[in-house]
Amino acid sequence: MVTNVTNLSRSGLYDWMVQRVTAIVLASYFLFMLGYLFFCSDITYTQWSELHSQTWMRIFSLLALFSLGAHAWVGMWTISTDYLTEMAFGKSAMVIRFIFQALCGVTMFTYMVWGIQILWGL
Amino acid sequence: MLVSIYRYNPDVDSVPYMQDIQVEIPAGKDLMVLDVLGLVKEQDATLAYRRSCREGVCGSDGLNMNGTNGLACITPLSAVVTNDKLVLRPLPGLPVVRDLVVDMAQFYKQYEKIKPYLQNDTPPPAIERLQSPADREKLDGLYECILCACCSTACPSFWWNPDKFVGPSGLLQAYRFLVDSRDTYTEERLSDLDDPFSVFRCRGIMNCVSVCPKGLNPTRAIGHIRNMLLSSGT
Repeated sequence: MVTNVTNLSRSGLYDWMVQRVTAIVLASYFLFMLGYLFFCSDITYTQWSELHSQTWMRIFSLLALFSLGAHAWVGMWTISTDYLTEMAFGKSAMVIRFIFQALCGVTMFTYMVWGIQILWGL
Repeated sequence: MLVSIYRYNPDVDSVPYMQDIQVEIPAGKDLMVLDVLGLVKEQDATLAYRRSCREGVCGSDGLNMNGTNGLACITPLSAVVTNDKLVLRPLPGLPVVRDLVVDMAQFYKQYEKIKPYLQNDTPPPAIERLQSPADREKLDGLYECILCACCSTACPSFWWNPDKFVGPSGLLQAYRFLVDSRDTYTEERLSDLDDPFSVFRCRGIMNCVSVCPKGLNPTRAIGHIRNMLLSSGT
């Protein structure tokens, strides 16, 4: 058992499942949006606003935003532990990796809060 | 034929280099790469490489031949040589001891980690623990691994995290003991693997499958381990 404190859940299985479930949510959201914009090509602001004021749409958008954050965190964390290692950066690898992970975490959190603000403000 | 070989003797060389040697291949013969190494050694006796059984059983002569890992003793020149040139390097990702000889300590450490032996806490029977033919069949495609390290050293996840990711070879063996009906430590074995590195660093690119000289499928075994973890964890 390899211990780690910076991954999403401490469990490889949980992270792996989160990444797959969030991928399905994101794919569904993307396909829904694509379909909606395809069938309502002459969309107005009112229609767009009405869509996003529906409770089910708010839940769906919020789910997609959380999914994006979790999915991106698992992916970026994996990248950081693959490439920002002692083998590549020597003794400073831990600091570099931690700064990179912190930046990713802050960025994803910002995107989530900002996304909620934009979508729910419509 | 031109043979280009990775050379490095840490006692003499400050950096590794490639040595080009012309080798006369007997006409009409499709030699194995190990035979070519023998011909090279006749010209330059300082070349170091491992070999033993010369028939793909011991797993000593794992090499990188024209960019692909494999066993030198069972790889014919016709399978690897292009443009009459053969480039031989040590297995990638492991520290080089000398020339084509690598330090396998990290690879064996991962193998030890999965506890590659039967664990059973029930009272032992008088003679032996029996297994049905159906249960025995589950071990086919797993027990044949000869630990040559061709698969693990072809895996980028193992290159990046050789101390944390068990690697395809170790995981194939982990599944061999997980699926063995005579082993009762399945839950303990699974909980040892449920971290973000040991199993889940596998990205399923299947380099291991394409290089395995015994035709085994570590990716499938890793998939089975994931499924076992999933069913015990949900």
